[in-house]
Amino acid sequence: MRTLVNILKKELLQLRRDPKILPILFLAPVIQLTLLGYAATTDIRRVELAVCDLDRTASSRELVEELTRSTYFRLTAAVESQDGLDQLLQSGRARVGLTIPAGFAADRSAGRSGAVQLVADGADALSGTAGMTYAATALQQATVAAGVRPLIELRPVVLYNPDLVSCNYMVPGVLAMILMIMTMMLTAMALVREREIGTMEQLLVTPLSPGHLIVGKLLPYALVGCVEFSTALAVVLFWFGVPLRGPFVVLVLLTLPFMLCTLGLGLLISTLSRTQQQAMMLTGFVFILPQMLLSGFAFPIQNMPAVFQWFTYLVPLRYYLVILRGVFLKGVGPSVLWREGLALLGLGVAILGLARLRFRRQLA
Amino acid sequence: MLRRTFAIAVKELLQLRRDLRTALTLIVMPVLLLFVYGYALSFDVQHIRLAVVDHDGTQASRDAAQAFLRSGYFDLIAQGQDERMLDPLFDRGAAQAALVVPFRYASDLSAGRATTLQFVLDGSDSQTATTILGYARQIAASLSPLVDVGAASGPIVPVPLVWYNPDLSSTRFLVPGLLAFILMVSSVIATALAVVREKERGTMESLRATPLVAVELLLGKTLPYLVVGFVSAGGALLVAHLLFDVPVRGSLFWLAAVTLLFLAVGLAWGVLVSTIADSQQVAFQLALLSSMLPTMILSGFIFPISSMPAFLQWLTRIVPARYYLVALRGIVLKGAGPSVWWPEMASLGVFGALLVAIATARTVRSL
Repeated sequence: MRTLVNILKKELLQLRRDPKILPILFLAPVIQLTLLGYAATTDIRRVELAVCDLDRTASSRELVEELTRSTYFRLTAAVESQDGLDQLLQSGRARVGLTIPAGFAADRSAGRSGAVQLVADGADALSGTAGMTYAATALQQATVAAGVRPLIELRPVVLYNPDLVSCNYMVPGVLAMILMIMTMMLTAMALVREREIGTMEQLLVTPLSPGHLIVGKLLPYALVGCVEFSTALAVVLFWFGVPLRGPFVVLVLLTLPFMLCTLGLGLLISTLSRTQQQAMMLTGFVFILPQMLLSGFAFPIQNMPAVFQWFTYLVPLRYYLVILRGVFLKGVGPSVLWREGLALLGLGVAILGLARLRFRRQLA
Repeated sequence: MLRRTFAIAVKELLQLRRDLRTALTLIVMPVLLLFVYGYALSFDVQHIRLAVVDHDGTQASRDAAQAFLRSGYFDLIAQGQDERMLDPLFDRGAAQAALVVPFRYASDLSAGRATTLQFVLDGSDSQTATTILGYARQIAASLSPLVDVGAASGPIVPVPLVWYNPDLSSTRFLVPGLLAFILMVSSVIATALAVVREKERGTMESLRATPLVAVELLLGKTLPYLVVGFVSAGGALLVAHLLFDVPVRGSLFWLAAVTLLFLAVGLAWGVLVSTIADSQQVAFQLALLSSMLPTMILSGFIFPISSMPAFLQWLTRIVPARYYLVALRGIVLKGAGPSVWWPEMASLGVFGALLVAIATARTVRSL
């Protein structure tokens, strides 16, 4: 037990000795979380709208008013001709173009339907589609206001996130990603560095067993991870105001098996690479990138081809995201999330076991 | 000056050849990654898990449910007559949406009275939810005719048209962004260790004895990586074109030119990182942190810049991929010429020069 404490002290001392590491460890996650929490938004707003009004009646002007009154659109230009509109779309200065043909008002007051041309920039699929949807909805509302109603009305009821604010969904995701990257990187780099410098050999001469060595090396980074998690969580709760609807205890408890996975991965990486440059590439491309892109953080897993969906079962971040979002947004507890917790625990034990095996084989 | 720069480039190339694993990784990785993730990443929502609660139990209500299922977007995962079955389904994530048909739906319809269909949605992922709602609205609209309830005027009918990407496949939009992301990360990582390695090994001292100037050292070190990066970028673009239907509507020459500029800026970023860090460990972390997350989230790859708060839009100006994406998407998807994107490329050029200047200043100080 005492040997463990000694290893812990040594690791913490080493950490403290490199002055550049400390701000990276503690400030960087908070800053990144703050910045990226704001940026990771799928709420499409202020879509650049250009209008070509060939009718120039009160009715057509009212229509344009309707569209620009909300925050969904930002009127960037009003042009005289279709060509002008085309140019704006091509240069990207407009994402949606609305052309109101001459005779629009006349058609409508005669009881005929008034057709308007909506052009969306499909190159920016998100803004383009969103803009199209907003415009179509606004036009439908205008139609209803004129007294023409559909026979069957669809009434939406949105659960968990009634205002469809993407912040509550994305910010916990950013928290998870930052936590994962930091803990994995630290562990991997620290261990590989020892090996490169050669101090690993020296540690082997000590009366420490490999198991003790591993635990002793991982524990300080687990502690650092916990501190980072707490500070980042505070930012999420108090700065972003993301509501925590589920039990806080469950959140904390289920973060531990996730950290087990990430620390284990860090250890595994260190056993797989001989130089720090290799470790970096490995960490970056094989372990961090897939988790960023395939965990369901920004791209829904259900949209992926089947083979990828199968693969995501091996990605710890996938489960942790379900846990985080479940506790924050849905307010569910262990009765729903126990499966994910168990999966994380299982993955963590497996990864650590594999890493330990490789570690021991390399020592021999 | 050129001869000395070239000499350093050759030295770096030799060192690169010795670490074959790294060299291969640098070339093959971007292509492989584009291949893999180009297939995986999509915003096109399918197989939406739908539950149906039918209070009416008539032919008409069944028709309504069928209309949803026939659209090809929805999968039926549960059916019943009690709304209370929905809560646990949504909590577990087993259901994403639910259609609730009210009692007297059929009789209201046949009598010409307005009726409502309730559509319950899991709103957690607002983007997917919005897409699903869009589908549902379309389907509901196709179910019912418009009824003139004492109209003051005729309806407004939008005629939609989508340019550049008519089937709105998110892949065509995402793949260029993915390419920019992959190239940026690999460029920064490639060079981040370049100078630090010399510092750590102590060979920096030996370089001090040579007639080298700081600029020559930095340029020489990055030249091999520029070539390597360009080759892999070419491979990745080929994959994008052949496998993901990403067109190349603009000029190949300009495409190559802007890509070269972008790679150079990415490498310069890596070099700058390497002059700030004193150990490979810190260099690595700084490189990864400063390239991966910001490029993924702030470059316009996934999240539109125009939707971000103003102060963040300002911040995206220091993300090189942001500028590259405007030109890349413009050239590839819209066939846009330099007249459209030259401001972005000019900014990128200036930014790159700035990075090189700072890196040189720092290296001079240490030399």
